[in-house]
Amino acid sequence: MSASSTWRSARLVAGKDLRVEWRSRVVSNQVLPFAVLVMIMFAFALDSDAVLERVAPGLIWLATIFSVLFIVARSYAVETADGALDALRSAGVEPMGIYLGKVAALAVQLAVLEALLVVAAIVLYRADPSPSGIVLLVTTALVATVGLASVGTLYGGLAAGVKGRETLLPLLVLPVVAPVLIGATRATESAFRTNGIEVSEGWPWLGLLAVFAVMFSVVGAVAYGSLIDE
Amino acid sequence: MKDLGFILASYLVTFGSIGLFTFAVVRRARRIGRQVPPESRPWT
Amino acid sequence: MTAEVADTSRRDRVTGTGFTRGLGVVTLLGIAWLVSFGLFVTPADINQGESVRIMYAHVPGAWLAYLAFVVTAFSSAMYLFRRTRSLAWDRVAGASAEIGVLFMGISLVTGMLWGRLTWGTFWTWDARLTTTAFLFITYVGYLAVRNLGGTHHQRARRSGVLALLAVLEIPLVHFSVRLWNSLHQEASVAGNTDVTMDGLMLFTLFLGVIVFTLMYVWMLLHRQRALTLQDMMDDVGLDVALEARRAEAVAR
Repeated sequence: MSASSTWRSARLVAGKDLRVEWRSRVVSNQVLPFAVLVMIMFAFALDSDAVLERVAPGLIWLATIFSVLFIVARSYAVETADGALDALRSAGVEPMGIYLGKVAALAVQLAVLEALLVVAAIVLYRADPSPSGIVLLVTTALVATVGLASVGTLYGGLAAGVKGRETLLPLLVLPVVAPVLIGATRATESAFRTNGIEVSEGWPWLGLLAVFAVMFSVVGAVAYGSLIDE
Repeated sequence: MKDLGFILASYLVTFGSIGLFTFAVVRRARRIGRQVPPESRPWT
Repeated sequence: MTAEVADTSRRDRVTGTGFTRGLGVVTLLGIAWLVSFGLFVTPADINQGESVRIMYAHVPGAWLAYLAFVVTAFSSAMYLFRRTRSLAWDRVAGASAEIGVLFMGISLVTGMLWGRLTWGTFWTWDARLTTTAFLFITYVGYLAVRNLGGTHHQRARRSGVLALLAVLEIPLVHFSVRLWNSLHQEASVAGNTDVTMDGLMLFTLFLGVIVFTLMYVWMLLHRQRALTLQDMMDDVGLDVALEARRAEAVAR
């Protein structure tokens, strides 16, 4: 298999996943409202504008990570329901292509979700990013999204097609994405200047996020085959 | 001895759970082992 | 352990051999030695007072958990990367992970008790503690994946990949928690707990490590053999079912 065929199948798989989502509207009609609802419920639980302003960055990323679990579970439910994953495999599509395609599709959906959550934080929690903060925020979101999508797709593949995967996936994924939660939250705090933190202080956290994203996307691309090849 | 409760509790937790685990391992092995003839066990 | 040593009839020695029996006796004697030294013979520490006695159970427990997880990772690599694809390696990995989870749980609890006495709090968000908690949860998940079902080789491949991912994940979690923690130094109380160990205390600590390691070997052998029996039973069960199906087909 040549590199170009890997990219080609990745593009096709990503297109297929996004088309499935576009037609079923499960993410846009169920997961996005869920994430916004989580933000509103946090406001009820924390019950103070000052506290909300302080914890807004963390809440954005918590809501994102919870949503990752749902989107991944949904994506693999579609794949395994009628043996689509096995069909792809037996049609000779190499696993690396499937993996990269699914990561890309998940990343696109997450990016939309994150944009919505940031808007929710600005409206509901009085977050107020400066122009330079927005640059940091966008970069952070991009890198963190690649990391989250890589981990989600990898562990989703591990639990695909087995009974009880809905409850197993959080147990496997949440400990792994802890570095993303830490890094992305700190960077977002700088972007929002929470507690008077300078925007420039956020950039070093991107290093952590980048290491995470590179590590898990590479390992995922290599290891994915032995997980789904059954 | 000062803090006796904490110290005894930690020893109890340690060796108590080791004992329980060991017991469970051996009991499970016996239950399965009854169905496997001794000559087909590689280690005997 | 007591149950194993107590039974004397040859018939009941399912996963035991002469070797494990001898090892079991030595381990039991070692535990008695460790407990008597840890609780009575060693002196109290100058800084920590009596609470240092918890260390004789805590430190070997933590050591053993880490040893067990290293063995799991190694065995998983041996399964995945060797052409033989021997399920024996997979069973060693699974048995070792179970023991590791047990001892990690133990050392978390004893560590909390010790922390309450020494630092005045059960928990601090120190990198080592937090990573340990993550390690514990990660391997609980690993054991759940082992019980997912499917063929033995499916189980071995899934859990093998997971064990190697854990090796990747843990240093990253540790590093990120340390970075996170460096922001609020004042929360850390893990500073001034120097242990000025005299010879006897150090000896007892080493004794604990040795006794726990012997215990680990005993548990690993028994658990791994029990898993072998279980796998054999599964295979036999499958063969029986296939036979029945074939007989059915012939009869028709």
